[in-house]
Amino acid sequence: MNTSFSRRMLVALASVITAGAVTLPVLAAAPAPVTLLNVSYDPTRELYEAVNKAFAAEWLKSTGQTVTIRQSHGGSGGQARAVANGLEADVVTLALAFDVDALYKQGKLIPQNWAARLPNNSAPYTSTIVFLVRKGNPKNIRDWGDLARAGVSVITPNPKTSGGARWNYLAAWQWAKRQPGGSDASAEAFIKKVYANVPVLDSGARGSTVTFVERGIGDVLLAWENEALLAKKQPGGDKFDIVLPSLSILAEPPVTVVDKVASRRGTTRVANAYLQFLYTKQGQEIAAQNFYRPRDAGVAAKYAAQFPKISLFTIDEAFGGWDKAQASHFADRGSFDRIYTR
Amino acid sequence: MKPSRVPANLGAMLLLGVALAYVGVLVLLPLLVVFVEALRSGVGAYLEALSDPYAHSAIRLTLMTAAISVPLNLVFGVAASWAITKFDFRGKNALITLIDLPFAVSPVISGLIYLLVFGAQGWLGPWLLEHDIRVVFAVPGIILATTFVTFPFVARELIPLMQAQGTDEEVTALSLGASGWQTFWLVTLPNIRWGLLYGVLLCNARAMGEFGAVSVVSGHIRGLTNTLPLHIEILHKEYNPVGAFATAALLAMLALVTLITKSLLEMRHPELRQGVARQR
Repeated sequence: MNTSFSRRMLVALASVITAGAVTLPVLAAAPAPVTLLNVSYDPTRELYEAVNKAFAAEWLKSTGQTVTIRQSHGGSGGQARAVANGLEADVVTLALAFDVDALYKQGKLIPQNWAARLPNNSAPYTSTIVFLVRKGNPKNIRDWGDLARAGVSVITPNPKTSGGARWNYLAAWQWAKRQPGGSDASAEAFIKKVYANVPVLDSGARGSTVTFVERGIGDVLLAWENEALLAKKQPGGDKFDIVLPSLSILAEPPVTVVDKVASRRGTTRVANAYLQFLYTKQGQEIAAQNFYRPRDAGVAAKYAAQFPKISLFTIDEAFGGWDKAQASHFADRGSFDRIYTR
Repeated sequence: MKPSRVPANLGAMLLLGVALAYVGVLVLLPLLVVFVEALRSGVGAYLEALSDPYAHSAIRLTLMTAAISVPLNLVFGVAASWAITKFDFRGKNALITLIDLPFAVSPVISGLIYLLVFGAQGWLGPWLLEHDIRVVFAVPGIILATTFVTFPFVARELIPLMQAQGTDEEVTALSLGASGWQTFWLVTLPNIRWGLLYGVLLCNARAMGEFGAVSVVSGHIRGLTNTLPLHIEILHKEYNPVGAFATAALLAMLALVTLITKSLLEMRHPELRQGVARQR
């Protein structure tokens, strides 16, 4: 064998080893980059864009690992179905507990007690349902009762697919039931009148907002408070006013790690940290800046002007929880089918 | 009969006017609006919308989907039309009906079919999951759905053309001692080349624009499984009309390039237009 060749080989080998010795500890210190998929409902696009940026920076600082969080948005019920059908969400952040429960019922992707794993029923922020009306409120819409008036056009999404729509529906129902002489029967009659005033049923909350804001259809949009505040912030948002009804519902959009997917993908730790980040001061600030009501008392006090006090009831006290509400109102042959098909 | 240049009477003129107005309002006007809206905030905003990384990934995915599903349908379309028009066999009519199926069912149903077969709750889903194979909510599902929806374009274009041409030339070639492959490459393919190109162009236009079926199996993961049409919907819902229309203009442009190529082909090869006319 040629000596100069073998010497060159030796030099090359030595340099490879040296390079390896220098770079290996660095590689060991910087864990491989990881991606998370957050499957969420319609109006949270802007919220999670901000959260993802902040969390990725925080995670890189504390662990040295680069995390990329991908987002998928759509109607809450449809998104839950997609995850049950195999959309590989490491975490879901949906509009209501019933849709998260579906991940336990279909495919056992999460444990039954998922809601107890994080504080506040796993809902790091809350919201409520308000009315968005045209500037100056020309139809004089003040409360739920006005929605049933002849000549008032109401925009709300389809409660079969949209989480927001289900909150809207139950809030209206409960208001009617609490009126003097109110009952489930009178509430159903009232809701029927309201839905007779609905010209378009979009599949998700954002679709309804676009219908109301950009296509100019309808006199009043039943909207998430966060969605209404966001719409007012957009260019042309001064063409709308927000009306607070006398009573509304406390909406608690829950979050959870999808255990089966996360453990298969090896992302359980970072997925848990991601959701816990929502409860930190920084996470709560971001929620408030994106018009979600924060749980943290300090942050809530700071943003008190943005979130006026409003009389709220919870789904548990008024309807005995989501399972019951879903079964009697939104399942096949539930109250929605009765009022909408006849 | 040669069509006359000037409409002969009032009735003909009226009919022409109605036709033009119809095309103008239903086709031309919306197309114009797309481009006007896209450029309303200036060329800068237009280019900015297209330089977004999510837009890039959507463009890449759309082109890749077309690049895979169009050749698949080309090979299948030629094979199917060849079998249907040059041979007689049992179940031929059933095959023709099957080819038409993707045109007949709504694209949403096409998407749901794949979800029911390949989804985690579907027939093959659990097995696929065990073997770490992703179909729905990933790129393979998008390609499958697109291929299914665009499946008839090539075959539908070729079958009438090949039927009209008959089998005389092939029979002659075979009787002169040509092999099956030689007959296909030297006789059949040259006869159908323009019709084939036409079918491929239409197939491509649809593959890039498909929304319904892809929307069902995509999972809407930004930067990963959003095609151009899905990306447009997202931008529209994000209060980003400029971005939505800029991307829509790009997609419309891709389709227009396809159609212009088709028209140029027809101008250069009038026999193609006759061929197409003959089928109808």
